[in-house]
Amino acid sequence: MIDKRRAGAAEAVADVFDGATVMIGGFGEAGSPIELIHALIDQGATNLTVVNNNTGSGEVGLAALIQAGRVAKMICSYPRTMNSTVFPKLYRSGATKLELVPQGTLAERIRAGGAGIPAFYTPTSVGTPLEEGKERRTFGDRDYVLEHGLVADFALIKGRVADRLGNVLYNKTARNFGPVMAMAGKVTVVQAARIVPAGELDPECIVTPGIFVDRLVEIPDPAHESELVAAGVSYP
Amino acid sequence: MTAAPDTGETVGLDRDGMARRVALDIPDGSVVNLGIGIPERITKYVPAGRELIYHTENGLLGMGPAPAPGSGDPELINAGKRQVTAIPGACYFHHADSFAMIRGGHIDLCVLGALQVSERGDIANWSTGEADAIPAVGGAMDLVAGVSAIWVVTQHCTKTGDPKLVERCTYPLTGPRVVQRIYTDLAVIDVTPHGFQLVELSPGVSFEYVQQRTAARLHPIPDGQATPAGG
Repeated sequence: MIDKRRAGAAEAVADVFDGATVMIGGFGEAGSPIELIHALIDQGATNLTVVNNNTGSGEVGLAALIQAGRVAKMICSYPRTMNSTVFPKLYRSGATKLELVPQGTLAERIRAGGAGIPAFYTPTSVGTPLEEGKERRTFGDRDYVLEHGLVADFALIKGRVADRLGNVLYNKTARNFGPVMAMAGKVTVVQAARIVPAGELDPECIVTPGIFVDRLVEIPDPAHESELVAAGVSYP
Repeated sequence: MTAAPDTGETVGLDRDGMARRVALDIPDGSVVNLGIGIPERITKYVPAGRELIYHTENGLLGMGPAPAPGSGDPELINAGKRQVTAIPGACYFHHADSFAMIRGGHIDLCVLGALQVSERGDIANWSTGEADAIPAVGGAMDLVAGVSAIWVVTQHCTKTGDPKLVERCTYPLTGPRVVQRIYTDLAVIDVTPHGFQLVELSPGVSFEYVQQRTAARLHPIPDGQATPAGG
């Protein structure tokens, strides 16, 4: 019998290794798998390359992972957010590197990686400083740059409901990078507020098909980053 | 660049006036992506009888206004990470689909703020290029590369009086040759093959006043072609 459920977040991230590339879902706090990130901090893996749209806020979740010195490199589109103070400090000191990627290019690189497409051309960044080092090619009357697909050793994602086969539904704009990261992770771990028996979710409404998900953890009442930041929480 | 003299007078439109002026020009039925700042205010001034659909690149088509205090969901937000609502008929989608809408030409119009716009339509709005700044681009480059109609709404000059409308941008570009129209506190200006073309002056503002605050040649409205405000 297939059962992707794990007993807890610690078990689900136990084999994340030093030097791994980890995709972490979320756009700001929406969709941030904060319990999985905290389990990763406890687990201790370091020298990570992390893919996320932002760099976290306050001293919880992704920001806490960065603050703990575990992140060698961030691949993201917008490392400046309200209450984002941890990353700027480590970036300026040289401790954490940054690969800045336009948001749509980041999403498509992840989608391509998960879909077996090694690279693609996009008009985004042509004629800007972010074109530097990229191959340019003309199709029709327009110039495009070559961008490479992105894959990861692990993807950590937050869903709302999942079934034991790994089918996932999300909550509103918390969906954001989840579905494409689920495709691009060699091992995809989803935390969901509720895990239901197979057959309970309408097959017409599944957002992430279970084939893209390897492990599930039920986190019934996930924390909201903004509430932790407002309360001055610092993890661990 | 020449700094405009600070006379202490209030000249031209305020931020809401600028948003109102842009709203007049958006056709009924448009799917629109609005940037952060003055563009966000446009939704308040859409004339009655027009239905616009707002796209936010973090995965929502059919964005509604901010929720009543205490009733929002921290996972229902806009690209500026502020809580919003979803209108009846709204839909959610993932980021790759969202930028497929943008790059694939499915969004009708994007209205953005800007640091600088050049007379050939280049826009700089993501970085001032300062050495110690944390570079952050978000979805701005995808939007200007993908959406066919790019309008800018901005103060005509910076807080220190430097013109934002220039011959060539000195800040790092977000995209080359993409802006079609600029709405400022002083005027509405089109980007044309011959450069900045004045379309309309804000009430009480003269051509010379705008030209003096524009670091590129501004072409006056040809005689007999002036249109009334909001026309």
